Amino acid sequence: MNADLKATPLGFGFINQMQGTQVILYDKNYDVIVVGAGHAGCEAALASARMGRSTLLLTINLDAIALMSCNPAVGGLAKGHLVKEIDALGGEMGKNIDATGIQFRILNTKKGPAVRASRAQADKQLYRLRMKRVLENQDNLDLKQGEVVGLHLEGDTVLGVDTKAGVRYGGKTVILTTGTFMRGLIHIGLTHYPGGRAGDLPSVGLSDRLREFGFDVGRLKTGTPARLDGRTIDFSRLEPQYGDDPPVPFSFSTERIDRPQVPCHIAYTNERSHDIIRSGLDRSPLYSGIIEGIGPRYCPSIEDKVVRFPEKNRHQTFIEPEGMDTVEVYPSGLSTSLPIDVQFAFYRSIYGLERVEIMRPAYAIEYDYVDPIQLHASLETKRVRNLYHAGQINGTSGYEEAAAQGLMAGINAALRTKGREPLVLGRSEAYIGVMIDDLVTLGTREPYRMFTSRAEYRLLLREDNADLRLREKGHGVGLLPEEEYRKFLDKRVMIEEELGRLQRTRILPSEADPAFLEDFGLTGMQNAVSLEQLLRRPDMTYTELGRIDPLSGDTPVLVAEQVEIQVKYQGYIDRQLEQVERARKLESARIPADFDYGGMSGLTAEVREKLQKFRPDTLGQASRIPGVTPAAISILSITLKARSGR
Amino acid sequence: MYIRDTIAAISTPLGEGGIGIIRVSGDRARGIATAIFRRNRDGGLNSHRFYYGSIVDPSSGDCADDAMVVLMEAPHSFTREDVLEIQCHGGYLVVQRILDLVLRQGARLADPGEFTRRAFLNGRIDLVQAEAVIDIIRCRTEASLALAQHQRAGLLSKKIAAVREGVLHALALIEAHIDFPEEGIPAATFDEIRQLVDGSVAEIDRLLAGFNEGRVLREGVSVIIAGKPNVGKSSLLNTLLKERRAIVTAVPGTTRDIIEEVVNIKGLPVRMLDTAGIRATEDVVEREGVKLTLEKISQADLVLFLVDASRPFDEEDRLILRELSDSRYVVVMNKGDLPERIALPAEIEGRPVIRISTLTGTGIDELRDAIHDAFLHGNATDSREYVAISRARHRDALEKAKKHLAGFNGNLSAGFILELLAVDLRDALHAVGEVTGETTPDDVLDLIFSRFCIGK
Repeated sequence: MNADLKATPLGFGFINQMQGTQVILYDKNYDVIVVGAGHAGCEAALASARMGRSTLLLTINLDAIALMSCNPAVGGLAKGHLVKEIDALGGEMGKNIDATGIQFRILNTKKGPAVRASRAQADKQLYRLRMKRVLENQDNLDLKQGEVVGLHLEGDTVLGVDTKAGVRYGGKTVILTTGTFMRGLIHIGLTHYPGGRAGDLPSVGLSDRLREFGFDVGRLKTGTPARLDGRTIDFSRLEPQYGDDPPVPFSFSTERIDRPQVPCHIAYTNERSHDIIRSGLDRSPLYSGIIEGIGPRYCPSIEDKVVRFPEKNRHQTFIEPEGMDTVEVYPSGLSTSLPIDVQFAFYRSIYGLERVEIMRPAYAIEYDYVDPIQLHASLETKRVRNLYHAGQINGTSGYEEAAAQGLMAGINAALRTKGREPLVLGRSEAYIGVMIDDLVTLGTREPYRMFTSRAEYRLLLREDNADLRLREKGHGVGLLPEEEYRKFLDKRVMIEEELGRLQRTRILPSEADPAFLEDFGLTGMQNAVSLEQLLRRPDMTYTELGRIDPLSGDTPVLVAEQVEIQVKYQGYIDRQLEQVERARKLESARIPADFDYGGMSGLTAEVREKLQKFRPDTLGQASRIPGVTPAAISILSITLKARSGR
Repeated sequence: MYIRDTIAAISTPLGEGGIGIIRVSGDRARGIATAIFRRNRDGGLNSHRFYYGSIVDPSSGDCADDAMVVLMEAPHSFTREDVLEIQCHGGYLVVQRILDLVLRQGARLADPGEFTRRAFLNGRIDLVQAEAVIDIIRCRTEASLALAQHQRAGLLSKKIAAVREGVLHALALIEAHIDFPEEGIPAATFDEIRQLVDGSVAEIDRLLAGFNEGRVLREGVSVIIAGKPNVGKSSLLNTLLKERRAIVTAVPGTTRDIIEEVVNIKGLPVRMLDTAGIRATEDVVEREGVKLTLEKISQADLVLFLVDASRPFDEEDRLILRELSDSRYVVVMNKGDLPERIALPAEIEGRPVIRISTLTGTGIDELRDAIHDAFLHGNATDSREYVAISRARHRDALEKAKKHLAGFNGNLSAGFILELLAVDLRDALHAVGEVTGETTPDDVLDLIFSRFCIGK
């Protein structure tokens, strides 16, 4: 391996480095090394280990595994969809929140099935502890504390990682999930200091190494509100918001939620709060230009909201509990980087919070990220072979976005060590596919969050059918336990049989219950009609159908739900499936990594520059780059065909 | 984008020409041939055989033109797909009408160079030829780019961009309701959404109306002069042409062939047709002329119904009037220099009536105005604000967008759920995107974030 390789008295190898330091070689070579144990790292390590790969998970702090650094909640619009997809593929997030959630709600229940989404409040400490326990009980997985300061490369292939303590771990693949830790800088007012998260040290050096390897490294910013002492809030004057009863779990494998449930509370800022904020703007790191990183537009700090929407006389906040065994609460939407004195005055200006005590101050944090345009769709970097990036290092924000990428990076690193092709989900298959395609095709300059409006095939990508979309794939890569797979197959058969039965069963008006016909304005009906046709009527539901169809009472709830959705929205679903089919050709047309756009005639300089910069993997990706015209795609398509000799 | 749907285009240069060719490629080529082509003899179409017959509108049974048709089955064709070629008479209107028929049978208007592109992708032509295609596409792109830049200083793209803006705003309002249910977004935005969509539809209608005017300006219109013998038809044509061309005599029935001349009427190119006088006759040659005239009347964009003001409205006039029942016509009373003895029948009431004298030239300017105004509104040809959609592709895009917006309005009234409404708006945006460029999710999100205070 290395001419300088020696052996320590205890049998470990070591290498003499410059300046007389020694690196001790750990005597085990892993298939997959995961750096960071946040939401991305946990899914990555579990996926790899569950796929039978020897896996090492390295974290700066073993007590902060799967810690919820910001709001104590999982899910929401598009994010709930991601969690269901993670679960369908065999990930852990859904199960973990089901086991530790203290309030479950389904959002958008009055809207259609595609945009209904699950959300849950977590008991933050339980969430973290349960995830740690799952990791500890996982075969093939070593869990170690250590700060990674460098990557060990040979040529352009990664071979391992170096820790601050001077240990080198060898690995066939490495997954970086560094969160906000790389060169993390915390801001409270005009005070700032290095930190990976309040109370944790930053990771120093790693992003410099990445820069040296030629990666384009940028800077982003995010923020979090103060944690308040619940004992000093008068909840009796706030409006409570309860979860659904009974709570509906995230995971397709969870039967029911047993944990006691608690409410959140709604409070509002007022004109006085806004005056206080305005008075502190001169000491805001955001407005004084100290913060360089770009923050998320969908998650602005309260000072940002007050400045950008001066006509709004109040802003809403949900006061979310951080857990059952703590008085700490989280005021959502009230993140700030204003100085402590302004924070106190501002939080106390809110009705019901007049006496509130801050337990942990609000802060903003800047951190390094690596523009994800430098990744393949497998999340492997284009620059360094066998190196994968997942989570906030890719410029995303959100636990769910991170976990989804971690899962995919874990799966693909494991597949690489097995010599198998990567698993890449399409935009028509999963929100995960939409997100990763967005990231690797276009890169990002601000923290990227998932929204349902990002998915062009939104009607196909529903929470309710995540298992139908992805279970097979999870099973295919060896991530899904056989028992869960069997359960899924049974459900799928039942859905198909029930759909067939509804099609076949015809109702004669003369034989149907007259009251039923009356209720649905069908009294004039002459001919026999199938149950499927009846169900397609806008005012009909599967439950109502039970009045004339005794057999439907035996259908399991989840099967009935699926049947109803598939029948009622078939027209629109078919329309989207057609669009998917039309796009398939473009999506499957691959562009070689070394493709030379410079030598192509017929492209405008602008388009050529864009293609050169974004380096799309497929024609489909190329077509989504802003400014790349349909004519350019035609030319590209022709040239590719010519190159490949048809 | 390469899709295996069926495409069609006019393959010959637009305008007057000996023949026009419409080419169709794709799986539906044979189906389209079966639907619109009637062979003069019985039997089906064999591949690579020329057939003579007529092109018929299957919905009305009307004959569009006589045509020669050849079907070339895959893979022995230029594109290696089923290819149908229809050869008809040249001239914009006939060719365009047949193309419209083909498109209504499920074909899509081909993109520039698309036939050649398919030929290449299906392995029909080699690399050298393909390079040539690239050049063709580039030329067209650059030409159209230059055209777009010069065309009325980009006014058209601005107007279409305004349509897009309206729809994009409406979509952003809906997406905000979908993606941010807990942000306290006011619910009363539905009225606004409806207004935005209605505004876009109105703009599309204005642009489509402009398309017809644009076509009229570029391709011209056909105007036919019809009247009983010796009422002054050829004199009128000559007056409009300001030169003597048609044979003018006092013997009824002198003009037996159709005489066609192009005149410029206030900037509008008009193909003027003088005809054989229409009357019951035993003369075989003249009867043929009358038959041809009746056919041409049914095809003309406008008929000038010429009557003799100095004589009563008689049976011969009535005979012609009956033939005009389905036509757009203007009543022109000639011989205004003589004492007026005509009384127009009741069914003509409400039609524009122009009094002229081909002898003295009175009323000719009014007639020119009437012809112009029948096709172009106001001072369309002079106004710098005038926006004509000159390309069928633009019209296609706008018509598609309009269809989706109509669907949206219907579904909104029917109380459809938000994400289905969003599908209609996205499809509409996708349609105008062919002109304005695609709308990306970030365009929608940008609008939401600028308008609503989002953030938890």
